[in-house]
Amino acid sequence: MAQAVPVDRKWWNGGKSPFNLEYGKLMMWYFLMSDAFTFSAFLISYGTIRFSSNSWPNPNHVFNSFPLTHANLPLAFVSLMTFILIMSSVTMVLAVHEGHLMNKRGVVKWMAWTIVGGLAFLGCQAWEWTHLHTEGAWWGRNPFPNADGSQQTTNFSNFFFTITGFHGFHVFSGVVINIIILIMAWRGMFDRRGHYLMVEKAGLYWHFVDLVWVFVFLCFYLI
Amino acid sequence: MEQHHTISPEISVHHHHDPSTKRIWKTFWVLLFITIIELFLGLMMYWFPHMADWLHLAIKGVICILSLAKAFYIVSIFMHLGDEIRNMIMTIVVPLMLFVWFIGAFIWDGHSWRMLRNDYDPYKKEESTKKVEQKPHEGQKPGHLE
Repeated sequence: MAQAVPVDRKWWNGGKSPFNLEYGKLMMWYFLMSDAFTFSAFLISYGTIRFSSNSWPNPNHVFNSFPLTHANLPLAFVSLMTFILIMSSVTMVLAVHEGHLMNKRGVVKWMAWTIVGGLAFLGCQAWEWTHLHTEGAWWGRNPFPNADGSQQTTNFSNFFFTITGFHGFHVFSGVVINIIILIMAWRGMFDRRGHYLMVEKAGLYWHFVDLVWVFVFLCFYLI
Repeated sequence: MEQHHTISPEISVHHHHDPSTKRIWKTFWVLLFITIIELFLGLMMYWFPHMADWLHLAIKGVICILSLAKAFYIVSIFMHLGDEIRNMIMTIVVPLMLFVWFIGAFIWDGHSWRMLRNDYDPYKKEESTKKVEQKPHEGQKPGHLE
């Protein structure tokens, strides 16, 4: 999908956007960049506290449950959540793709699947939080011992619930945005405008949510 | 250049859109493959809890690099940043260079704090490294406390 930009094209001489990008989409990028710093401030403070602690709970022993079974399945459920989010990212990019082709039916279909994926992820997260809560974990309460058997602190659960909660809130607002965009597309608003740029902007936000999850998955569950 | 019907006055050159979805699905398989490798490495650390410290650290390093690769694929292909104009890409990527300092400085500081406290606060060190009796909680499964 390379752009057909003539080599000697002068972008900075006025009269056109030097970025060849619609204003709203450019601002969505800058918003996401600032949001990336917010998330990384959370994750880096988590890392700092973890590096300043002599020991920390082992995620494989904390996150080892799966709905409807009592088997010891470390990382299985969170892998399912990761898969759901990657899948909904794919359906979102397919919706953007259909938007480029001005195919309303395609946009509506893939947006609907993206919303289904987002709701499935939120359902999984609700289950996980509920399960951890029944095990005694919450803000200010941490039942999981450190990996070396020493006395745990509440840092682990405080960071876990704050950061996954902040991410979950992003997923929730992403689903709301996607529903609004779906209704607008379904009512033919973008066909009348002659472009599906709004789908692209919602898509950027949705992919960002997936991107943040890559790092939440990394920091809390894998390492 | 040819004049398309302008969808927005800011856009003067239109992207050429590939009508096939091959690239999207290829990226999906790459992301899935990387995630499975990450998961496997994560489970390796669980299956072999007594592996050497350097190996443990090396596996964590590899997982971090794989996550960065995933981030690259999501941003470059799903978010189409790779298709934008170079100047625009730079306004996003260059500020993110701040992360090099942000992560490095804070992790370093955390580690330094731990070492200083262990040196100068022997009571705290003893308290935080002493093994404690853990009573099993509700819903405790085998494998929880080893």
